[in-house]
Amino acid sequence: MATPTHANRAPFALIGGRRPSGVSAVGLVFVALLLFWLAVNFVKTPADFIEIALIGLTTGCLYALVALGYTLVYGILELINFAHGDVFMLGGMISATIVTSWFSLTGDQSFFRTWPLVIVTLLIAMTACGLINATIELVAYRPLRNAPRLAPLITAIGVSFILQNIALAWKGPNFVSVPNIFPQSAVFSIGSVEYTWNKLIVVLITVPVLFSLVYLVRYTKQGKAMRATAQDMDAAAMMGINVNRTVSFTFLIAGALAGAAGLLYALYVTNVRYDQGFQLGLIAFTSAVLGGIGNLPGAVLGAILIGLIQAFNEGLTWHTPGSDWTQSIVFAILILILVFRPEGLLGERTPEGG
Amino acid sequence: MALAVDRVKERWREIPPDRRRYTVIAVELAITIALWLWIAELGYGFAYLVSVLWAFRIEDDRIRWAVEAVIVVTTLIFQPPLGIISIIIFALDELPERIRRIALPITAIAVAILYPFYVSHLFELPVFGPFPGVSTGVVMVVFMMMAVGLNIVVGYAGLLDLGYVAFYAMGAYTAAWFASLQFPTHTIHLGAVGISPELPGIHISIWLILAIAGILTAFTGIVIGLPTLRLRGDYLAIVTLGFGEILPQIARNGDNLFGTGFNLTNGPNGITPIDAPGFGERLHDWTAGFLPANFLTAQNAERIFYWGALVLLLITVFCSWRMRDSRLGRAWVAIREDEIAAAAMGVPLMRTKTWAYASGAFFGGIAGAYYASFKSATFPGDFFFNISVFILCMVILGGMGNIWGVILGAAFLSYLDREGLANIGGWLNDNLNVNIDVPLYASGIYGVIILVVMLFRPEGLIPDRRRSHELHEGVADETLYDVRGVAEEAL
Repeated sequence: MATPTHANRAPFALIGGRRPSGVSAVGLVFVALLLFWLAVNFVKTPADFIEIALIGLTTGCLYALVALGYTLVYGILELINFAHGDVFMLGGMISATIVTSWFSLTGDQSFFRTWPLVIVTLLIAMTACGLINATIELVAYRPLRNAPRLAPLITAIGVSFILQNIALAWKGPNFVSVPNIFPQSAVFSIGSVEYTWNKLIVVLITVPVLFSLVYLVRYTKQGKAMRATAQDMDAAAMMGINVNRTVSFTFLIAGALAGAAGLLYALYVTNVRYDQGFQLGLIAFTSAVLGGIGNLPGAVLGAILIGLIQAFNEGLTWHTPGSDWTQSIVFAILILILVFRPEGLLGERTPEGG
Repeated sequence: MALAVDRVKERWREIPPDRRRYTVIAVELAITIALWLWIAELGYGFAYLVSVLWAFRIEDDRIRWAVEAVIVVTTLIFQPPLGIISIIIFALDELPERIRRIALPITAIAVAILYPFYVSHLFELPVFGPFPGVSTGVVMVVFMMMAVGLNIVVGYAGLLDLGYVAFYAMGAYTAAWFASLQFPTHTIHLGAVGISPELPGIHISIWLILAIAGILTAFTGIVIGLPTLRLRGDYLAIVTLGFGEILPQIARNGDNLFGTGFNLTNGPNGITPIDAPGFGERLHDWTAGFLPANFLTAQNAERIFYWGALVLLLITVFCSWRMRDSRLGRAWVAIREDEIAAAAMGVPLMRTKTWAYASGAFFGGIAGAYYASFKSATFPGDFFFNISVFILCMVILGGMGNIWGVILGAAFLSYLDREGLANIGGWLNDNLNVNIDVPLYASGIYGVIILVVMLFRPEGLIPDRRRSHELHEGVADETLYDVRGVAEEAL
């Protein structure tokens, strides 16, 4: 685990350095083309454009919650937790079950019946997913902490498949549908563009969660321990930090975020399937890399960008590849970022990343 | 969890050897009786396995021979094919080490080549059911080829490739492009068999296509590898995963590529039919009917496809084995063990890694092309991430870096995928009064296999000696002073 360049990394940093080069010139041209494409689309269909942007912002918030889990875990263990997307999916499944079977919410009940129960569901889903994630770490990653780097990555894929099959055995191969609990009515509308409540609710739940996470990591003792462990596990242990507990705690937090995302996804998209977690997990991971992996604000920025790109790609009409290509575009972004700017948008350049 | 297992192992080793042996025998006897009472065949099967394993361990020659004779005679009476298998196993065991090193591969090859002749005489295994049929055998051999190819990347060079399916797809589509009606505007014929010379489209002999597929796929591997191989291990894994998702998506959406109307892959309908492989009438006559003119119309087409795949596998294994011991192969192992040290010793990192990637891709491409011409079709739905993990699972289960292990892992898993899981599922549902669709959970079962192997036996079933040293803790990262342990004790 202790690579010689380990200490040079600044985990959870706020702002990184810049690196001017020919590569960034190509990047700038690419970004300029992208902006031009967006501008033309905006001029052609302004109302659609804004509506699509709002959709993108909402999915971006969902991705942010999942991407933060990747970033937290990568920051501390330098492990790509492939199973994270499936933990998120289990969160969606758990929420769907609780909301429909336990509380039998339909969305038609009164405000005071619906919302406390949704909050309770949120807490249950967060706790459950946090515990699942911490258990995964305990069983599948901890025994391999001193093994070659690729060993835990391979087990992570195994765990991901196992979680998918647990969901498959639990809920079957079809979509699990959830009633429309978030109201679809408009919060406000400008012209023909409506901003609906369900989108606002996603943002309203995401933002406090994000702020409490930032508070936790930057201002609490436990957060300090996390940052120290991320920077140098051995040195942190020598300073009296219980490394194993800190790692478990990180997985717990990451899982809780995935659980929150799972609930929001289940209630916003209103259907969940056993294999959705893996795909969405990869998108979220791309967001984390785009923003600079190990960097909390970066993950959020990357997630919102990816959410926007996805929504524009699927919604806009002028010279748009369309939803058939969404996955390819996301992966192309991932590959380009890793090849040309492995430190991401906000990350700091490290000897290891390049 | 693994720690607890270690503790149990330690306790076990403290018991005196004699008592250990008797305990094991008693437990095994109890299991045999229990199984026999439940389902008689299971009891017999278990008893056979246990007695063979014990027979190997008897040190006194005469007693061992006597026990082996008893086993052989008993099995010959009750289950003749098993008796013959026992004779072969014991004969191999009795050979001196130097001869065995040669005899073992030769026996394995002979057993594989003769498989279609004796498979119908074999018995049914308990739980697993009948031995795999010849058409399953073709698939198994193709997957063995892919696993041996992936083993070059993962096992030798230590680069985790999660997008191997892209190479498989590339090979399959190469076969489809050069031996079908996919491009009707061009009419090119070059040694294809079994089709009218006026047929539109490109039709090239399968043997050329295999070479083209290999080279094209290796080239794809280099194109993918050059920009990405600079990245560290886990980033590389992600990038390969990305390519493994992008290429099949291009295959899926390639019927109208980027809105130009150009039909590259025929989209979700796939490309079918693909011309049959074969050697043509002339070679068929020259070799007095030894080389089949056309695989598909020949008698026993399945057998011919099986032998064809086997020949390709043998070539792959030979190349892989020679490459491992070459300068390049040793460079791969050096990079796997310590990249920085290897670079300091003058190993060119980029070139060596790119070669590993290209070689692995080469064999994947050939396997894909052969498989496509066996199925006479290629569909984008065949190329999912699951397949990449499936092949990776073969390599891990068998033993990263060990060719024999990888072949064994591939044979077992592809058999499970094709027939085994369905058979096991049927057996479970009949005997345990449950109703589980076992093949549905195939990927979960691979997940469990990956997890269990990585946690408890990371070197796989048949370990590669070097690799197993690396995987057992801390050779790469061993510190002089275990800070973490001390600090934890202090807390």
